[in-house]
Amino acid sequence: MTSKFRTKKVEVSYGDKKAIRDISLDIEKNIITALIGPSGCGKSTFLRCLNRMNDVIENCSIKGSIHLDEQDIYGPDIDPVELRARVGMVFQKANPFPKSIFDNIAYGPRIHGLASNDSELKDIVHNSLEKAGLMDEVKDRLNDQATGLSGGQQQRICIARAIAVSPEVILMDEPCSALDPIATAKIEELMSELCESYTIIIVTHSMQQAARVSKKTAFFHLGDLIEYNDTDKIFTQPENQKTQDYITGRFG
Amino acid sequence: MTLPLSFVFFVLLGLSVYFYYHAKSGIVRKAALLSDRTKALPSHYGQQSFLWAFIPSFLVLLVLTIGGPNYIDQIFYNKIQELNPTFNESFVSLILAKVINVSNGKISTGEENIIMLAKDYKIAFEQLHFYRGLVVILCAALLGMIISYRQKPGSNAREQVEKFIVNIFFASAVIAIFTTVAIILSLFFEALRFFNLYNFFDFIFGLHWAPNVAIRTDQVAAEGSFGMIPVLLGTLLISFIAMCVAIPIGLFSAIYLAEFATPKIRDFVKPTLEILAGIPTVVYGYFAALTAAPFFREIGFSLGLDVSSESAIAAGAVMGIMIIPFISSLSDDVIRAVPQSLRDGSMGLGATKAETIYLVILPAAIPGLVGAVLLAVSRAIGETMIVVMAAGLSANLTVNPLESVTTVTVQIVSLLTGDTEFDDIKTLSAFGLGLALFFFTLLLNIFALSISRRLAERYD
Repeated sequence: MTSKFRTKKVEVSYGDKKAIRDISLDIEKNIITALIGPSGCGKSTFLRCLNRMNDVIENCSIKGSIHLDEQDIYGPDIDPVELRARVGMVFQKANPFPKSIFDNIAYGPRIHGLASNDSELKDIVHNSLEKAGLMDEVKDRLNDQATGLSGGQQQRICIARAIAVSPEVILMDEPCSALDPIATAKIEELMSELCESYTIIIVTHSMQQAARVSKKTAFFHLGDLIEYNDTDKIFTQPENQKTQDYITGRFG
Repeated sequence: MTLPLSFVFFVLLGLSVYFYYHAKSGIVRKAALLSDRTKALPSHYGQQSFLWAFIPSFLVLLVLTIGGPNYIDQIFYNKIQELNPTFNESFVSLILAKVINVSNGKISTGEENIIMLAKDYKIAFEQLHFYRGLVVILCAALLGMIISYRQKPGSNAREQVEKFIVNIFFASAVIAIFTTVAIILSLFFEALRFFNLYNFFDFIFGLHWAPNVAIRTDQVAAEGSFGMIPVLLGTLLISFIAMCVAIPIGLFSAIYLAEFATPKIRDFVKPTLEILAGIPTVVYGYFAALTAAPFFREIGFSLGLDVSSESAIAAGAVMGIMIIPFISSLSDDVIRAVPQSLRDGSMGLGATKAETIYLVILPAAIPGLVGAVLLAVSRAIGETMIVVMAAGLSANLTVNPLESVTTVTVQIVSLLTGDTEFDDIKTLSAFGLGLALFFFTLLLNIFALSISRRLAERYD
């Protein structure tokens, strides 16, 4: 059991307001870890720390340390742009670029120069679509606008787009919150397949989803990490009363 | 008794406000009597009464105020003509003008007849004002009473008020369209008169512009020639130079403002840029003529080039500076309207800021950017003052930016200012130019619209 991410006493504040404090947890390699908790508990903030997407937000400051494979990602020799190529991200709202399906997937490989010629690029795009389970649905219309696809397909385009850069970790910020149950099921199935080769961290509001897909679960509340354990444990015999209350629907 | 316009208006307003409260409280009383609920809020009944009393009476007031004096003038015109059947039209008009001026006390005269007429004229006006006031006030009172009487708790005043207001919006739109149509028609018919005197194709394709027709009939001058190509080319050349200055500077500053500037810098830079848009074009004209033109001339001189003291490049460059705020401000809005989620998506894949801007944001913003540039081009084509002051009046057929050129709008101004007869070919040619310019900008608009439709990368 090896750790992919190791965070120590992470504290994030927006201006004067502390969003999360004292978060220390180790995230294991090649499993799905779920972050759950009520709205505003800081789980998305924590997720965005892991690939330094918070850098983009003004007056956001981060304390503590986050290590990816024993390397401090907030260290001076780390380029956030390279980091984000290693730690990909899928967002709450599917955000395909207003380009063709092919260009969407090829976007990452192109900017990182992963393909030396057109046929290599084509291979990467096809592989990524294959892995995202989209190939059969879109193989005849790779040149159509990605924004014309259905919501679930758009979200899988975004996952394929992230895979195309061959990251080590994929962060997912409530990827299914805008999708219907069938599209959600497809994405969950996809996540289970992907976690063989990628470390996946997912923020979700749906406790059923966390229970279904994840191996480990962290429960956040008001900026604190309340409990972090195997998903089975969290949902059957939580140690903390707050966790118990949240998963039984007493609040949240 | 005189009833001046302001008095009538305020009485009308007061009456309408009275009917507002009258209807508002009236409907509550009616509902209480019938022990019923009103279908709309009491204030809706008030609004209905106000609108019904105010708007029609106001329109009557408008018609009487605008049409009344014309009607009186017409009566007196006929009267003068009847008294002196031998006078021709312009002389009758002259006498009428004299009568009007005497009645206003602007001039005095010893001619008995005119004094008599002036007195009558004054009386007629007083009568007009009196009846105007009476009619308008009675109209408002009557309409207000009728509508208040007819309002029942069961009638839906809200629906009717909303319908009425929609009609007011519609009428406003129609007025705008009618005005545009009227402008086009007046342009068109005057231009038609020009094309009766001058061959249409010679005008469109002619390479020589020299409207040197005699101004007065006793003067001797060469036959004018009206080929619009040199003038149109001048407009295109200057607009092109202006766009070469304005598009890069405007677009780059917009990218800086939207993507890089901190809020503090933005709050300072954006209003400052917009001040540029508030400078009167005459002031830009000074700048072009007194600073930019000598500047370009000296640079040209040091390079061994002969730059005319009134050059297309000076006018174009200053015009470009004038247009920068249009492009930068609009483009800034357009770029900021691209959803944050697209930026996040690109950054989340490890794209740099430059890649994100170049590959995602600008393509998504293209339709809006085209719109901004188009607006700027229209401004450049229509701009007159800078060109008059800095580029000159001589219609040279050239694309050399160092020479002096002239533009369509400048020619129109110079053809129509000063003492000109309104039926000679020189004056009428201005309308030909106007029509040509109108069609040119229309085509440009259609072209740009179709481009931005095609390029539109729809996000969301």
